[in-house]
Amino acid sequence: MIVDLLYYVAGVVVLIGAVFSLLAVIGILRFPDLYTRMHAASKAGTVGSGLCLLALAIASLDLSVAIRALIGLVFLVLTAPISAHLLSRAAYIAGFKPSSEMAVNDLGRAEVVKK
Amino acid sequence: MSGAEFLDLACLVALGILTVAFLLTIVRIVLGPTLPDRVLGLDMLVAVVIGYIAVVALYTGFALYLDIAIALGLVGFLSTVALARFVLHRAHNERDKQAVRGEQRP
Repeated sequence: MIVDLLYYVAGVVVLIGAVFSLLAVIGILRFPDLYTRMHAASKAGTVGSGLCLLALAIASLDLSVAIRALIGLVFLVLTAPISAHLLSRAAYIAGFKPSSEMAVNDLGRAEVVKK
Repeated sequence: MSGAEFLDLACLVALGILTVAFLLTIVRIVLGPTLPDRVLGLDMLVAVVIGYIAVVALYTGFALYLDIAIALGLVGFLSTVALARFVLHRAHNERDKQAVRGEQRP
């Protein structure tokens, strides 16, 4: 009975994760410039894959598998912002211009870019 | 419909959705006007594949796929960092070359 409940929860979580991944990819395709695309990929994409791993942790019914899935989730959540920040900063310093619709540009005022 | 049947159906639907996401990411990598766009597409591709591997592990019941997903996450992170450094250094090199050319001109 409780196992059935866990399976239902895992199925719903896996569907939500897949839909998040699809939305992230649609964002990558439709947003105007690199920085807005980064916004879609690093947030929605991380949540999508993380929810798939979480569903595996819920439905495995095995502590060792669940802990490994959670370790994978924590690793994904830790590294995705770092790589997105490094890539967008490198692209900005390298001179790839943001879209003209960008309203707030804090990095443009920073000293490190003006060198 | 029992819980296990629902989970199998949900896994199949999720695999279909993730396949569509995978193909659309490849469209962005092929189109992507600049190099950072392509690096971003590859990063997203790794994230989608990690989710895909997790769903396959859930569907087949082989938990060993999970270790592959963790290793792939590590490789994807390191490759994105390396490609970001590459974007940065290539820009610096081009700037240096332009500076050298500017000095040689009268």
